[in-house]
Amino acid sequence: MGYDMNEKTYSKDLDLTKLSPYGDTLNDSKVQLSFTLPIKNDELGVEAAKLLAKKMGILDPLVAESITLDNEFTMYIVYGSTSHTIDYTKIKVETVETDVMSKKEIEDYIDDNFSKNIVVVGASTGTDAHTVGIDAIMNMKGFAGHYGIERYRNIDAYNMGSQVENEELIKKALEVKADVLLISQTVTQKDVHIKNLVNLVELLEAENLRDKFIVIVGGPRITHELAKELGFDAGFGPKKYAEDVASFFIQELSKRK
Amino acid sequence: MNKLNLNEKTVTEARQYAKKIAKETQTFIDKHTTVSVERTVCRLLGVDGVNEFDVPYPNILVDHILENGDLGLGISNYLASTIKNLNLDIMEIAKLVSDKKLDITKYPTLDYKEVKKILSPFIQESLYKMKEHEAKRNGFFDKYGKKDGPLLYVIVATGNIYEDVTQAKAAAKAGADVVAVIRTTGQSLLDYVPYGPTTEGFGGTYATQENFKIMRSALDEVGEELNRYIMLVNYASGLCMPEIAAMGALERLDMMLNDSLYGILFRDINMQRTFVDQYFSRVINAYSGIIINTGEDNYLTTSDAVTEAHTVLASQFINEQFALFAHMKEELMGLGHAFEIDPSVENGFLLEISQAQMAREIFPNAPLKYMPPTKHMTGNIFKGYIQNALFNIVTTTTNQKIHLLGMLTEAVHTPFMSDRYLAIENAKYINHTMKDFGDEIEFKDGGIIKTRASKVLNDALNLLKEIENIGIFTTIERGIFAGIKRPLDGGKGLHGVKEKHPMYTNPVLDQMVRELREVK
Repeated sequence: MGYDMNEKTYSKDLDLTKLSPYGDTLNDSKVQLSFTLPIKNDELGVEAAKLLAKKMGILDPLVAESITLDNEFTMYIVYGSTSHTIDYTKIKVETVETDVMSKKEIEDYIDDNFSKNIVVVGASTGTDAHTVGIDAIMNMKGFAGHYGIERYRNIDAYNMGSQVENEELIKKALEVKADVLLISQTVTQKDVHIKNLVNLVELLEAENLRDKFIVIVGGPRITHELAKELGFDAGFGPKKYAEDVASFFIQELSKRK
Repeated sequence: MNKLNLNEKTVTEARQYAKKIAKETQTFIDKHTTVSVERTVCRLLGVDGVNEFDVPYPNILVDHILENGDLGLGISNYLASTIKNLNLDIMEIAKLVSDKKLDITKYPTLDYKEVKKILSPFIQESLYKMKEHEAKRNGFFDKYGKKDGPLLYVIVATGNIYEDVTQAKAAAKAGADVVAVIRTTGQSLLDYVPYGPTTEGFGGTYATQENFKIMRSALDEVGEELNRYIMLVNYASGLCMPEIAAMGALERLDMMLNDSLYGILFRDINMQRTFVDQYFSRVINAYSGIIINTGEDNYLTTSDAVTEAHTVLASQFINEQFALFAHMKEELMGLGHAFEIDPSVENGFLLEISQAQMAREIFPNAPLKYMPPTKHMTGNIFKGYIQNALFNIVTTTTNQKIHLLGMLTEAVHTPFMSDRYLAIENAKYINHTMKDFGDEIEFKDGGIIKTRASKVLNDALNLLKEIENIGIFTTIERGIFAGIKRPLDGGKGLHGVKEKHPMYTNPVLDQMVRELREVK
């Protein structure tokens, strides 16, 4: 351990076809990681942590600390340089490609393009007991300074809360003549959220209801690409707010008219 | 502000002993000059650059006097006499000496008045530049405003000045107020200052005048974008202490690490050499409005922060007096101390609060430099981040000024760009959410905090008495600071100390001191 006194011979140019992490010098490829191994905290364990890091492609791993969590559990903090690079120029990401409008613009857009209020039903479905995601988008108060769609003048929003079964959600949607379904999946384990999301699409298709609604999913592990794959109209990940979601569905609804 | 009810008589007494200690040392200082002092004189007379072998011209001139003349006379006299006899420009003289075409020791020794008269235009030019930089700095503060509360201070240390610029700008944008460019390992032991921009260094970047200029202009640029003045720090320490102070004054640095005791103890620099060097460099800093940072915090990296806390306070008292002898205002005295108590000590946090509050009350006008935990940082970055958070709480609660941010990877590597960002975010959060916490709290009579402060103050007073009795040189020889013993004639750089000749002149120093006295 100690300061890196090795002469640094990294290339001084940024090559986006071979993108690598930046620690304190361009192209030094430095990464930090921490993990726990179910073993004793001794020399053997440190070596195991190093070997594991090497298998992850970390060159010259340095085990900065090993911390005993229990007799047979040790946490390791490791630094090193990754041997992997990414061709940044070749990356394609599917994103929601509608314009993002402000709350006022959205309300005006609805006035100009629709003869009635837009009806939205939202829920955190399946076993997920967290409402933070759906609340962030729907609640009056909103999140991080972005008001939720309940506050939008010409949107009727129904927030069903958490642990809502897919069948229940569909029933409610039919009852209030919803235009849009918002599904939130915040915390899930072992990819149970995928099964649950697929199940919703299957139910809608079985009842010939899929085209009746715009179906949107959001959550920290959701990407637009994944949502499309699962048969949703759009997916929103972290740092997306009510404006992003509403901008999408009003433009999509207008397109479908 | 008086929350600790410290005994004022004890504080006054401690100051008196510290003054006696500094005065005795100053008597020694006044009788000596050094190669680095004389090279600094060269620089402030306008000598700059290196010859074809990369030897700086100030070194060429001073070495020439060492070989052929008496450096105890001061280089000013030789230069003035040569100018008088040959009517040459000072750089022409330096180049001729470098080419061995001129011996400047063969001209007659002049009296003080004549030396001063001949060199005056050169001196005025440098001093004007220094004053101009001070005015410019003050102008920036007038324009952007001065920040209340702690100044967030971070380091960059890549070895490459251009990479340092990238990181310094990112840090400024994240909220840093002060950026220090750490020097490469071993520079403090070089008896010359390298020249030009540098891109290779180990654990830091060479302090060169060109590197100062590059970073200064980068920080001015980002400061304009952010509407803040970003202060720049380097190290006027090691064997070239006063030369680097001069370079910093000529390139508008804002703070300089400047502490003999640090060099003696931790870099094994000879004490006679560095006390003489420190005096000249402090006068330069005082003259240019540059804040000094002293290095008491480092004692606690080797000594125990609980049992040796009084040595930190005693040293702060002494450093204050050294600064006063150099005509420095209290507002420029960044006296150092640190948050270094072992995290396993019960109520350690209370002891840290006590020490920091005590320093604040004893030195009310000094921009105290408070250092984060380093000794007890481990590779456990998660715990380290909490240690830094506690340090930040003490900083803001006790109103420390120069807030040197702790890095969660302190024990692992020189900071990643992301480490620095996290440190700034941590400090900003705490300084903001706890802004007036210190004003809201009082300490219990007879409680841990007050009792501890008065004990540390008393112990410091006793130590100062002892030091006054044996003198600072013997004190250092006995290992009283940081538990490190350094002999009077040991360490590096002693050969560069010369006793002054009765005809010694240093008109650059005299001019600065004269002006500093007038201001008072």
